[in-house]
Amino acid sequence: MALDAGNRKTDFVVFDRVQKSYDGETLVVKDLNLDIAQGEFLTMLGPSGSGKTTCLMMLAGFETATHGDIRLDGKPINNIPPHKRGIGMVFQNYALFPHMTVQENLAFPLEVRKIGKDEREAKVRRALEMVQMQDFGVRRPAQLSGGQQQRIALARALVFEPELVLMDEPLGALDKQLRERMQFEITRLAHQIGITVVYVTHDQTEALTMSDRVAVFNDGKIQQLAEPDVLYEKPENSFVAQFIGENNTLTGTVQEINGTVATVRLDDGEIIDCTPVNVSRPGERTQVSIRPERVEYNRDRLSPDAHTIHAEVLEFIYMGDIFRTRLRVAGNEDFVIKTRNAPDQRRLQRGETIEIGWLPEDCRALDA
Amino acid sequence: MAGPPIYATTPQRIWYYGFRVLCGLIFFFLIAPILIIIPLSFNAQNFFTFTPEMLRLDPDGYSLKHYRDFFTNPDWQQALWNSVRIAPAATLLAVTLGTLAAIGLSQPHVPYRRAIMAILISPMIVPLIISAAGMYFFYSRIGLQGTYLGVVLAHAALGIPFVIITVTATLVGFDRSLTRAAASLGADPVTTFFKVQMPLILPGVISGGLFAFITSFDEVVVVIFVGSANQQTLPWQMFTGLREQISPTILAVATILVAISILLLMTVELLRRRSERLRGMSPG
Repeated sequence: MALDAGNRKTDFVVFDRVQKSYDGETLVVKDLNLDIAQGEFLTMLGPSGSGKTTCLMMLAGFETATHGDIRLDGKPINNIPPHKRGIGMVFQNYALFPHMTVQENLAFPLEVRKIGKDEREAKVRRALEMVQMQDFGVRRPAQLSGGQQQRIALARALVFEPELVLMDEPLGALDKQLRERMQFEITRLAHQIGITVVYVTHDQTEALTMSDRVAVFNDGKIQQLAEPDVLYEKPENSFVAQFIGENNTLTGTVQEINGTVATVRLDDGEIIDCTPVNVSRPGERTQVSIRPERVEYNRDRLSPDAHTIHAEVLEFIYMGDIFRTRLRVAGNEDFVIKTRNAPDQRRLQRGETIEIGWLPEDCRALDA
Repeated sequence: MAGPPIYATTPQRIWYYGFRVLCGLIFFFLIAPILIIIPLSFNAQNFFTFTPEMLRLDPDGYSLKHYRDFFTNPDWQQALWNSVRIAPAATLLAVTLGTLAAIGLSQPHVPYRRAIMAILISPMIVPLIISAAGMYFFYSRIGLQGTYLGVVLAHAALGIPFVIITVTATLVGFDRSLTRAAASLGADPVTTFFKVQMPLILPGVISGGLFAFITSFDEVVVVIFVGSANQQTLPWQMFTGLREQISPTILAVATILVAISILLLMTVELLRRRSERLRGMSPG
C-alpha cells in the first residue's frame, strides 16, 4: 500500500479495470481505473447517463461490477454485501426514516452495531452538534426543512465514524443559496474529520469548489482526472473544455506542430498559434478552446506576446462585476468574452470592430 | 348545509337537492337491512317480525331472551369458540404470507410478476362455490378435509388477496432508497425489514389483516365444504339455524357480529390515523 507525504494511503479506494453492463451488451462503465487517496475529496462529475452514479453504487455495494475489482483499504469488496462495507452514504432525497425522530435516525447505525446506550447518546449528540442541529433531536424528518434534513442525513452518514463517505448529488434539491452554504459546510466537515469523500454531481461549480480532485465522466469513461484548477485551465479534450465552465471554440486544421506551439488555420483562413493538447500531426481537424476571461481587448492590458485577431461586437451585457460581450470571431458568432468592470475598462458598443488578443498558452488545440 | 350557490338556476337547484335525496336513498338501501335486525333481535316473541307490542314501544314487547339463548346454548357457544379459534389463525397466516408476497412482487426484477399476482388474487375473483368445491376435493386427497388446519388454510387462502392488495398499495409510496440507506448504515436485510420497511407499511398490513379477519369470521360456503361438525363456525351455525329452527337468536348473533365489525373497523382506523400522524406522513 503506497503512502503519501502525510502518511496517508494513496490507494485507499481502488477501481481496477471495472466494467459494468446492465443488459450484457452495452457497457455503462468501460474499463474504469481510479485510485482515491485517504482523506481525499473526490468528485465524480458528468452529465446524466455518464456512468458516475453507477460507479458510486458499485462502491456502495448496491450494484455489482460485471468485470474488474473494487478494493477498499487493500481488500477486494466485490463480494461483501452493502451492510458489511461500513461506508457512509448520503442520498439525493436524504432517505431519512420518516417514522423515527432525528435522534432515532442517528442512533440507528449505532444500534445495529450494538453500541451501548450511553455511548450511543453521546455520539448522537456530538453528531448533531457537528451539523449545528442539536435542538432538533426530537423532531421527525417531516417537520424539518430541506436544508435541515440534508444536515441530518449528513450527520447520520458520519455518526458511525466511517472512513469513507459517498454522496449522491446530496444538494440537488436545495435552492441556490442554501446549496452554496452546504457546499462550504460539507467540505469543512470532511477536512475537519479527515474522512475520504466520493461525491457525485452534475453541477460543475459544485465539483470545482468542493473537491481535491475531479473525475469528469462521459460515455462510461473518465475523460480527465485532475485538480479543479488544472481541469479548468488545462482541459485535455474538447468534452472537458465544453463541460467545465464557459468555453469558446474555434474550428480549424492543424498546419504545423513545433514543440509547444501548434499553428492552426481556422476555417475562415485566419492563422493562430495554439498549445497542442491532443492533436499530433498536421492536417488534423481541431477545436481550439479559449476561456472567455482569458481574452482581452484593452490594448494597455494586452501582453506583448499575445496573439491578436479582429472581432465584431454583437452584444454587450453589463452584469455588474463583469462585462459579458458576444463577438463574431473567425466566423463564430457565439464567441463570448468576460472582462472585469475595472475603472479603466472601456465599455463596448454594438457593431464596433475591435482587436482582441490572448496568450498562446490559453489557447488550446483539442480533438475535433 | 351550505345550500346551492345563489347564482344557481332552477334546474340546478332541483338537481342539487335531487342528488342529495338520491344519495340518501342509496345509503338507505345499503344500510336498512342491517339496521332492521337490531330492534328485531330484542323481540320478546320467537318471530322474525315486529309484533304489535314492539310497534307500540311497549317494554313488554322487548326482551334479551335471544341474547341469553346465544350465551347459554352450547351449540352457539361451540360455534363462537370455533370462530374465535379459526379467524385469528387464518388472519395471522394470511397477513404473513400476503405481506411477504406483496413485498416480493413489488421488486422490479421478479419474472412473471403479473401472472403470479393474478394467481394469488384469484380466490377473490373465482366464485366462492368453485373455490370451495375445489378445496373440498383437494383437501380430501391429502387428509386436510374436516380438520382445523384445513379450515385455517382455506380461510387464509381467501384472506391473502386482501392483504396483497392493501400492502401492494402501501408499497407504491415506499421509498426504496430507505432500504438502501439502512443497508449503508450497517443493517442486515432482516433488521432492515423489521425496523424500516415493516413500520412504514404497517397501515396497509393492518387493514389487509382486518379484511382477512372479517372474511374468515363471516365466511360460510368454504367452511361447510372443508370443515366438519367440529369446525362449525358462527356463520355456519346461523345458516343451520335458518334452515332447521327459525330462531331469532340468529338476529342477536348478527347484531353482535355487526357491533364487533364496527368496533374493529373504528379501532383500526383510529390506530392507523394515529400512527400516520406520528410518522408525519399526513398533515394534521
